Amino acid sequence: MNIPRLWREIRQRYQGIGVECEPCGRVYFPPREVCPHCRRGSIGNLNEYELGGKGKVVTYTQVHEPMEDYKMMVPYIMVIVEMDEDVRMTGQLVDVEYEDVEPGMEVEVTIRRLGEESPSGIIYYGYKFRPTR
Amino acid sequence: MKTKRKVGINGYAGYVPRYRITPKEIGEVWGKDGEMMAKGLNVESKSVPSPDEDVISISIQAAKWATERAGLTGDDIGAIYVGSESHPYAVKPTATIVAASIGATPYLTAADYEFACKAGTAAIQTGMGLVASGMLENTMAIGADTSQGAPGDALEYSAAAGGAAFIIGKDDLIAEIHHTCSFTTDTPDFWRREGQKYPSHGGRFTGQPAYFKHITGCTECIFEETDTGPDDYDYAVFHQPNGKFPLKVAKKLGFSKEQVLPGLLVTRIGNTYSGSAPLGLAATLDHADPGDRILVTSYGSGAGSDSFDIVVTDRIEEIRHKVPTIEEVIEDHVFISYSRYAKFREKIDIGAW
Ligand SMILES: [Zn+2]
Repeated sequence: MNIPRLWREIRQRYQGIGVECEPCGRVYFPPREVCPHCRRGSIGNLNEYELGGKGKVVTYTQVHEPMEDYKMMVPYIMVIVEMDEDVRMTGQLVDVEYEDVEPGMEVEVTIRRLGEESPSGIIYYGYKFRPTR
Repeated sequence: MKTKRKVGINGYAGYVPRYRITPKEIGEVWGKDGEMMAKGLNVESKSVPSPDEDVISISIQAAKWATERAGLTGDDIGAIYVGSESHPYAVKPTATIVAASIGATPYLTAADYEFACKAGTAAIQTGMGLVASGMLENTMAIGADTSQGAPGDALEYSAAAGGAAFIIGKDDLIAEIHHTCSFTTDTPDFWRREGQKYPSHGGRFTGQPAYFKHITGCTECIFEETDTGPDDYDYAVFHQPNGKFPLKVAKKLGFSKEQVLPGLLVTRIGNTYSGSAPLGLAATLDHADPGDRILVTSYGSGAGSDSFDIVVTDRIEEIRHKVPTIEEVIEDHVFISYSRYAKFREKIDIGAW
């Protein structure tokens, strides 16, 4: 991830800002330029929308061969979450043991360290999931 | 120090990482009697941050919950000050990242504070001044740390992680801050030089001439300026480097154990440094009833103390359960082995992969 992209996506990654299509009410995350349902009708009608940060686990898996930034967390859990707004997000599930995870489990967004460029470089922060308190 | 206009707290929250390790587990690795160490420190376990947690992520969680509890949004916050001795960057403020995460950017002032373990309470005082002067409506003060002791060092048995955030404002207060006092000297009890991973401490300088002298001096100052004594307060919160010192200083000042216990978290989560007195205050607010009066005295090495005379309002009951209480956060925990702890805290050098 390069610094300009990181910086552009800050609101999306720290606050869960997506878009809501005014004509049909569908929410998109990450934000889209056009609603695939309303097409031209959505142009100029996609408004910023902050996700509530809560959802349910759709599917999950345990990762043993990590990406570089996650090597200290092995083994770790990745999940696909159906958010309350009917959008799906993918991310790491933390603060829970693999044996205790199940589909339908309620989870919430937590902002954590995603990695770093290098020991002297920028640190990346963004969303992960944890069991809802 | 007394503000001319009424100021206080309108939102607060704290966060402590989920993992715990016991002194016994640490002692076994270094051939020390960990159980005796636990008894000596009055610390049964300490919190350990997972590898993806640091002062920024801890501050963000506390800031998000404090804002939600207050019923405010980022736009309402005009200043953010984060006090810590373990900011992830040497240069690049924690406060800017916290501000972005709650949507408070760009029209706010922000900075990181440093004064060992009392940087968070110094941030509360700054917020009081900004609000009381009429410059801002609401400011945020955070104290958070992910401190480490060198492997095998006495500090390793208690150095922990956690933090709390307070919104200082003038409307919808859950507690009024009636008065504050500070007591500051140049004392070489504990320090860390630039570029050093672990701190150094001045042995015999750490107890009497440091912690006890400053906390006592500062608390006696607020007693005198407010014409109060220990019996006028329902609760007292003191900085908690271990479980012994706060009880000892409380007794010395005339407070009972019962006044201190609701905010005494160190026995279960360890020393959270800049998070210590702020988390203790947050836990006490969780516990307090309208009208209760709370005395808080922080301590930061180097050295200084800040005291506060705080009175809880009726509004506490409306907002208390909007976000997790400190007890609810601490309740959810798991104990880990020293090897997992070493991996979490990057005490293992895995070199190039
Ligand atoms: Zn649409």
